[in-house]
Amino acid sequence: MLTVPVETQILFAGVIFFLGLIGLLVRRNMIFMLMSIEIMFNAAGLVFIIAGTHWNQPDGQVMFIFILAVTAVEVSIALALILQVYHHFKTLDSDAVNNLKDSN
Amino acid sequence: MDVFFYIAAVVAIISTVMAISGRNAIHSLLYLILSLLAISVIFYLLSAPFIAALEVIIYAGAIMVLFIFVTMMLNIGLEREAEKKWLKPRMWIIPSILAVVLLVNLILALKNIKTISSDKEAILPKQVGISLFSTYLLGVEIAAILLMAGVIGAYHLGSQKKKVKHRFLEIK
Repeated sequence: MLTVPVETQILFAGVIFFLGLIGLLVRRNMIFMLMSIEIMFNAAGLVFIIAGTHWNQPDGQVMFIFILAVTAVEVSIALALILQVYHHFKTLDSDAVNNLKDSN
Repeated sequence: MDVFFYIAAVVAIISTVMAISGRNAIHSLLYLILSLLAISVIFYLLSAPFIAALEVIIYAGAIMVLFIFVTMMLNIGLEREAEKKWLKPRMWIIPSILAVVLLVNLILALKNIKTISSDKEAILPKQVGISLFSTYLLGVEIAAILLMAGVIGAYHLGSQKKKVKHRFLEIK
């Protein structure tokens, strides 16, 4: 049985989450930003699994299945949007998509 | 068993760092797949074998294939230069080492499978299914509606619209 303290496991999930957050903040390529969001979703699911194992309840795994469904929808919609953006702007730079910005 | 957790955690963290810091999208996606596999090993060690299988099948299988398809459709990256770099060992040596570490980790963990399964608590898929379709039935229905909306939305956004040119409404 795993005897790693639950704090270490949560810490690991937190490290993964913050790596995703850093990627989302630093990268400007839309594909990379979407990948970073995936990493963050995955870390959130990892916390659910850790908690479910800690209290020996199946609810954490049920929540992970819901996260999986949400992620699948989010990825398909976001990739369709990225395709449209690429057809309009011929670039994946998220700074180029600023037509809604105030012109001052 | 703790050693397996730490090895898989280190592999996951390294491959995640490589995934968010890479320049080539395809290489980053491969690192991300490796990170997902490492996290799947951790799910297995956390006595959630069903979720470990789902992680490999849906995340590393289906969702990453979507990513790779779109990346290939958009033809991102420096293909000409990348082709020359493919043959250099430093392009494939780090992911190979990480993948081999993960494989050895998994093999050693499977060798100790008796110490895992003889323990009291592995949350089996049966319990998950019973909980999913009794307590969380409303959530399942909402997820079904969400998936339906996702299918329609992705179809609508993905379809190429016919461009209607109008001389007064033309957008620069």
